[in-house]
Order: sequence, then C-alpha cells, then structure tokens
Amino acid sequence: MLNTSIFHKEGTRLRITLPKEMDHHSAEEIRAGADHILETELIQQIIFDFSNTEFMDSSGIGMVLGRYKKIQFMGGNVSLEGTSDRIRRILEMGGVYQMIMKEEKGR
Amino acid sequence: MREEHHMKLEMESRSENEGFARTVIASFLLRMNPTVEEMNDVKTAVSEAVTNSIIHGYENEVHKIVISADILDDCITVTVEDFGKGIPDIEKAMEPMYTTSPALERSGMGFSFMEAFMDELHVTSSVGKGTAVRMKKKIRREKAGNGIYSSVD
Repeated sequence: MLNTSIFHKEGTRLRITLPKEMDHHSAEEIRAGADHILETELIQQIIFDFSNTEFMDSSGIGMVLGRYKKIQFMGGNVSLEGTSDRIRRILEMGGVYQMIMKEEKGR
Repeated sequence: MREEHHMKLEMESRSENEGFARTVIASFLLRMNPTVEEMNDVKTAVSEAVTNSIIHGYENEVHKIVISADILDDCITVTVEDFGKGIPDIEKAMEPMYTTSPALERSGMGFSFMEAFMDELHVTSSVGKGTAVRMKKKIRREKAGNGIYSSVD
C-alpha cells in the first residue's frame, strides 16, 4: 500500500514527495495513500515536498487543503517545501497560504 | 503573411488523459515559440477544462472529450467539449471557490484558473447535452533564444 517513492515516514512526520505532474489523476493516488497512513499511524506533521513538481493545477490545491484539514483536526500541522515560483503562485491563488497561516496565528 | 494552424483530438474521459491532453496542446503550441510561462498557462487552463469534463460532465464515466485548437497569427484558441450532463447555472459555476463536489476535494478554482491564465474564456452549456469551454490567449512571440523552442531561421 505504502508507495515508498512518494511517502516517507520519519517518526511522527510524513514526507510526501509530490510527482512531476500534480493533477487530478495523481491527486487521487496521493489522497488515498496519505489518508491510509493518517488513519493507521500517529502523524503530527505532513511535509509536502514539491522539489520534483513541474506542473500543478487546481487539483493540487484540493489535495493539500484536504490533508491539512485532516491533520489539523488531529492537532498536527503541514509545511510546504521545494515550491517553485509557479507552484507558489498557484497555491496563493487557491488561498492555501492564507488558510495555513491564519490557523497558525490562531493558536 | 497570415499564419493558420488547426488540430483536433478526440479522447476518452479517463484521468490518465489529463496529462495526454496537456502534452498534445503543449506540442501544438511550441510552433508559436511561447515563453515557459505562456506554455504553463495554456497547459494549466486545458488541464482544468479536461478535469471538469471528467469529474463534472461525465461524473467519472468514460465518454468522449473533443479538444480542438487553432492558431491564428499570434493567438491560440482552444476548445474543450464534452457531451455530458451540462451546467445548470454557469454564472454560479464560475464563482471562485464554488464547487458542487466538496467531498471530492475540488477547490472550486477551475474556471478561475482558466480565466486567470488565458485572455478570454467563453463557456456554453446545455443541461443533458454537454459543455464547451472556449479559451483564447495571445502569445507574445519571443525573439529567437528567449522561447522554449528557439528557431534557427
């Protein structure tokens, strides 16, 4: 079940290495894999690693926010790494930073 | 001299074909010598339209999607058409963050992205008959060397 090229567990951290093309097709696989891990293991932080990601559309926003809502409910948090200018722009347009930062401030 | 190119692609509404559609459009667009950003803009818009057809138009059933594209001088026009359930209220559907599928984790940003990354967006839809999304973008022909594909002539 655990695809080791995408999911790496480091203690209570889960690193998700996103694929080259982050679209609706790849989002489904990541959503299923990540949620399986979140339901079966103790995870307090998810790191979304975009280092290999060359393309992302709005499906990536839904995937990130969906995982964020789940882990936040369990008291955890998320961080985003390796984002290119293009990926940051897409995440910003989708309100991802606003949502994550607003919640952080409210703690 | 007027430059005109046309292409048409018919494919099944499988999610694997989202990447396929982007590759085809990118390859067609290369002849306009776009910048990396322009290329990404068109790929993103097409990806959004195709994903909409798959998830909303056909609700993940496998049917036909037709993509056509025309280059006329420095503009590209892309049309993505499905023959699925259609959109009852286009205005509502185009509002940012509006989604009929929160359970599927749709961000509701599909049309907003198409609008942001292209210069023009026209949506026509008929309930029970399908939806056609037509998008247009001007490509600022980069001087040789600045585009993805640098012409030698």
